[in-house]
Amino acid sequence: MSNTEKVIAVPIERRQQIHFSFHWLQKLVKQTAVIILLLLIWETVPRIGLVDAAFFPAFSDVVKSWWAMLVSGELFAHFTASIVRSLTGFILALLIAIPLGLLIGWYPLAKDLLNPILEIFRNTAALALLPVFMLLLGIGETSKIAIVLFACTWPVLLNTIAAVRNVDPLLIKSARSMNISSFKLFIKVILPASVPTIFTGIRMAGTGAILVLIAAEMVGAKEGLGYLITYSQYNFQIPEMYAGIITIALLGLLINQGLSVLERKFSKWKQPVQ
Amino acid sequence: MTDKIRFEHVTKIFKVRDTEQGKRALKEFTAVKDLNFSVKDGEFLTLVGPSGCGKSTLLDLLSGLTKPTSGRILLDGKEITGPGLDRGIVFQQYALFPWKTALGNIEFGLEAKGISKKERIELTRYYLSLVGLEGFEDRYPHELSGGMKQRVAIARSLAFNPDVLLMDEPFAALDAQTRETLQSELLRIWEKTKKTIIFITHGIDEAVYLGQRVAVMSTKPGSIKHMIDIPLDSRLNELDIRSHPEFVKARHQIWNLLHGNIYQAASI
Ligand SMILES: Nc1ncnc2c1ncn2[C@@H]1O[C@H](COP(=O)(O)OP(=O)(O)OP(=O)(O)O)[C@@H](O)[C@H]1O
Ligand SMILES: [Mg+2]
Repeated sequence: MSNTEKVIAVPIERRQQIHFSFHWLQKLVKQTAVIILLLLIWETVPRIGLVDAAFFPAFSDVVKSWWAMLVSGELFAHFTASIVRSLTGFILALLIAIPLGLLIGWYPLAKDLLNPILEIFRNTAALALLPVFMLLLGIGETSKIAIVLFACTWPVLLNTIAAVRNVDPLLIKSARSMNISSFKLFIKVILPASVPTIFTGIRMAGTGAILVLIAAEMVGAKEGLGYLITYSQYNFQIPEMYAGIITIALLGLLINQGLSVLERKFSKWKQPVQ
Repeated sequence: MTDKIRFEHVTKIFKVRDTEQGKRALKEFTAVKDLNFSVKDGEFLTLVGPSGCGKSTLLDLLSGLTKPTSGRILLDGKEITGPGLDRGIVFQQYALFPWKTALGNIEFGLEAKGISKKERIELTRYYLSLVGLEGFEDRYPHELSGGMKQRVAIARSLAFNPDVLLMDEPFAALDAQTRETLQSELLRIWEKTKKTIIFITHGIDEAVYLGQRVAVMSTKPGSIKHMIDIPLDSRLNELDIRSHPEFVKARHQIWNLLHGNIYQAASI
């Protein structure tokens, strides 16, 4: 009896193992296949003359100039300028929007007073205000940090307000039944329950920060990745321009990944979505 | 024995939307009407009744989370004006904090009571093992099964040692085996600590097994229709309590009351 069981059991186990490793490999292939394919197309299309290599240089040429700029330190200077601006604006926005959002979400009066203003600003595209920021604050650091700050504030603010409003009433009831003060209720229940929704806003702000910053740097700046792109274009340094674009993509990826890690750390109690 | 809890002409009316009269219109809905009863110190009262008859509403009123529209509820002779740690509640839907582990959830009430960190950990571990969850201290609610969550909720309400335990169908999500274990565990705790317990259930068997008295509620409007005394001594010493003649009699009586109620409701 037990003999037959074994005979049956072994192949099933083995099949599962093979299946598992295949699955892992499949995942890796799936995740990188499209990227590799795109890079291959990028490499060949200019080489076989389908597009003008002067406007669309092959990927390897772009990598070459990217490397040269990295070694010369030029890229690093632009990268630093951009990341300092976006982080400063971003962090200032968090420092303003989270406490303000908690306040507005918690006090109905604050919401009634501020709601009309919020409605107006949330629907104003930050980039539309770029000229105003430049006129008022010049083309120096202040205007760039200010526009990032402005763009990042709204998603964080609105998500924070929504988070506070949408805390499960049952949890509030449960905490109140243990006779805790309003202040404790806020610190121990409202705040932790709000974290995931606030983080959604922070993620949105992270994406927005890069977007408006690059746009602002393209319009008026003396350094930064946005400036690098427009400057290279004017001077017909096309591989350098593409190198700048790739760097921006990497910067975006970096910020997004960083925020993901933070988010996971803060919401590890959340049920993972399939 | 003295009255621990006293309901005096307690009525609770909710304002609900009246769609027949327009979008903004409100009408009154009487959830419970003219409740008049008392619970003795150290008594175990179970509450049965059809869904929507106001059982949870009654418990909310007693917990101080909502106020009666008229009438008053006395606890130790004093009118209830708000929630307090003298009453522990197990909600129908667990109500655990999802960002806290099993340990953290149980600690919550202890912290509110101002108990030191060291003592909190000790008490928490004790109550976790009491409900059979040792080794699950660090699990978040989403990592626990429904029945386990329910047990954490029970441990949480026991841990801060309230005089009165208010339990809203606490064993509903459990398998028969665990339910029986926890039922006798609850009886043991009750006999040991002399807490006053008000226990809502849908199970007639459970009501008769646990309660010294069973309050049978009826609906439209919610009120207590009958109070049935269960003249059984300690359930824990009896081997097959469920076939005891008194048990069978009480169960039959309550079954009839509840079913009469359905026919009555259907004829309206
Ligand atoms: N906040 C509220 N607003 C309006 N109506 C309510 C509210 N809470 C309860 N009710 C109504 O009061 C009645 C009693 O509700 P309750 O939750 O007390 O029922 P229950 O006896 O606990 O039912 P179940 O056994 O299904 O849990 C129901 O008809 C319900 O619709
Ligand atoms: Mg209920």
